[in-house]
Amino acid sequence: MKSIKDLEEIRKRTLDTINLRKDQSGIRIVVGMATCGIAAGARPVLLSIMEEIEKNGLSDVIVAQTGCIGLCKLEPIVEVYKPGEEKVTYVKMNPSKAKRIINEHVMKGKIIQEYTVGAEEK
Amino acid sequence: MKMYRSHIMICRGTGCTSSRSEQIAVEFEKLIKANGLDKEVIVERTGCFGLCALGPIVIIYPEAAFYSLVTPEDVEEIVNEHLIKGRVVKRLLYDETIDEDRIKSLNEVDFYKKQVRVALRNCGVINPENIDEYIAFDGYKALATCLTELKPEEVIDLIKRSGLRGRGGAGFPTGLKWEFAAKAQGDIKYVCCNADEGDPGAFMDRSILEGDPHSVLEAMTIAGYAIGGSQGYIYVRAEYPIAVKRLTIAINQAREYGLLGKNILGTGFDFDIELRLGAGAFVCGEETALLASIEGQRGMPRPRPPFPANKGLFGKPTLLNNVETYANICPIINNGPEWFNSMGTEKSKGTKVFALGGKINHTGLVEIPMGTTMREIIYEIGGGCPNGKAFKAAQTGGPSGGCIPASKLDVPIDYDTLTALGSMMGSGGLIVMDEDNCMVDIAKFFLEFTVDESCGKCTPCREGTKRMLEILDKIIAGKGEEGDIERLENLAKNIKASALCALGQTAPNPVLSTLRYFRDEYEAHIIEKRCPAAVCQALLRYIIDPEKCKGCGICAKQCPVSAISGKPKTPYVIDKDKCIKCGVCMEKCPFKAISRG
Repeated sequence: MKSIKDLEEIRKRTLDTINLRKDQSGIRIVVGMATCGIAAGARPVLLSIMEEIEKNGLSDVIVAQTGCIGLCKLEPIVEVYKPGEEKVTYVKMNPSKAKRIINEHVMKGKIIQEYTVGAEEK
Repeated sequence: MKMYRSHIMICRGTGCTSSRSEQIAVEFEKLIKANGLDKEVIVERTGCFGLCALGPIVIIYPEAAFYSLVTPEDVEEIVNEHLIKGRVVKRLLYDETIDEDRIKSLNEVDFYKKQVRVALRNCGVINPENIDEYIAFDGYKALATCLTELKPEEVIDLIKRSGLRGRGGAGFPTGLKWEFAAKAQGDIKYVCCNADEGDPGAFMDRSILEGDPHSVLEAMTIAGYAIGGSQGYIYVRAEYPIAVKRLTIAINQAREYGLLGKNILGTGFDFDIELRLGAGAFVCGEETALLASIEGQRGMPRPRPPFPANKGLFGKPTLLNNVETYANICPIINNGPEWFNSMGTEKSKGTKVFALGGKINHTGLVEIPMGTTMREIIYEIGGGCPNGKAFKAAQTGGPSGGCIPASKLDVPIDYDTLTALGSMMGSGGLIVMDEDNCMVDIAKFFLEFTVDESCGKCTPCREGTKRMLEILDKIIAGKGEEGDIERLENLAKNIKASALCALGQTAPNPVLSTLRYFRDEYEAHIIEKRCPAAVCQALLRYIIDPEKCKGCGICAKQCPVSAISGKPKTPYVIDKDKCIKCGVCMEKCPFKAISRG
């Protein structure tokens, strides 16, 4: 038999997993998943992003995919859209870099300059 | 539950299921697994989204892409494009959701914009077979509040203050009904739910049971606490197999969680619910007949008083509410009665679900605040009549209700305005008719239904409705005579005054209301022997216009009974006595010289 406290826990736990069905206002992370992205390893990057979001209980972050944006040699590419801020494009991602992005940029607001497309082009 | 980046919500309401939504779900699961996406994407089966005309419907989150008219063959494209490459499949999107290059939020679409979903709040949002999802959207919170913070009389007071009225048809104040049952003396009391939805065209109760069964279970448990009952029964039609299945699953899950049964949430309160399946008799929606049927007797009404609140199921005090009424209870407790009564009109608070059907573009289920006008429902939400036809009337309240003509489209809809218009709220069926519908024929349709469904216990309903139908049949066959309208009115008055239950008392309504607004159509049938909408076959005439006829002879060749004759290059004529009114000649005439009237 469940207590009222148990109900509250079920509510919280389930809400985290189905939050993305509500109207979205939070952060959007977009992973390039065209052939070029997938070949360069975008899927493990995507999975590590999702894992990190789940681990940290980030309920206002959604993960989406997109196609090729033309910078195939810099794939895997991850874009971070924060409401009211300019989008940040990270290139040549791997799972551990992606984790850092969640921990530093998404959670603490600190952009990791050395991973961005701007740093790569210099 | 694990976290997924994308949720695919597939409607498994009755409408979409009958157009293969289960195959779509299975196909999605197969292809998601084949592409190794099963750890990222989850398929959820939900209740009705309301826009049944465009089913099967699939919504994919987080983009909230609203795919309509999906077939199992489309699934591969959606998986390859949307799920793998992140490109929304535009050709399958509901076209009103596309705004330049952006997907509009559903709340911006005409169909949903004006809707306020209270009773339907979880339909299409949660998986109805997963109690955790119901709990996530504040499920069983109202029950916990009632059991731990409110006394039974405080619960009743909340419902009374909300102004909620019964959604099954008559609109009796729900709080008052609860109070009567609470005050009634008896060792055992029962809480029953009327899910015997029978009005032709109404399917809101079914959709609530299919899409959000726990909302009814929770509200019934609250009602049990409020009136002092410990056993509930849901009387549901056996013709609603999906609803029955989901209710069974929901009851079992609630029992497992200790939300039904002994000592609910550790508070010492006991309550349990059982299903009783009805065999589909319309009269069993009448409360005393319904209770008789639960008892295992023949479903026939009995005179009231005593009312069920005092002497109901097995002779014990019984509370009986409709599905939609129960679906409103938990939001009232969670958000407060003031929130609820801030919506609606002076005497009709909250929202009402309508089932849109007939000659309307967006067939489906809509929930709108009381006081919305028929014009907003039909034109803004429903998208108007198809093929540019002119709106003629809307029928509300099913066989107990009446029609609302175009001239009354701007009346705000609530219980009292509908009654004043000679119709009634009923359960909320709303059938739209256009210029091609004959109102005498419509009245006959509903009367045929009540004649079929009359239980036969009282003479006015058993014999009276039958005599009325005979008169209508006569009028439609072109044999109407002067005095028929008066005879109909006289019979109607007597049946209304003397029938035993609401079925008989309201059965003449469709005739009376069509007579009130479309008397000229009856007169045209009786006096001129003409059907203005060209529906009643016996009154149809096909005529060749000699001015337009070129004498080509095509009609004569096509006529299956050789009723058309003439000489080439001179106008042809139709022999009325031979003509069987099949309409082939009119269809085939290259010069549009043949008309029907």
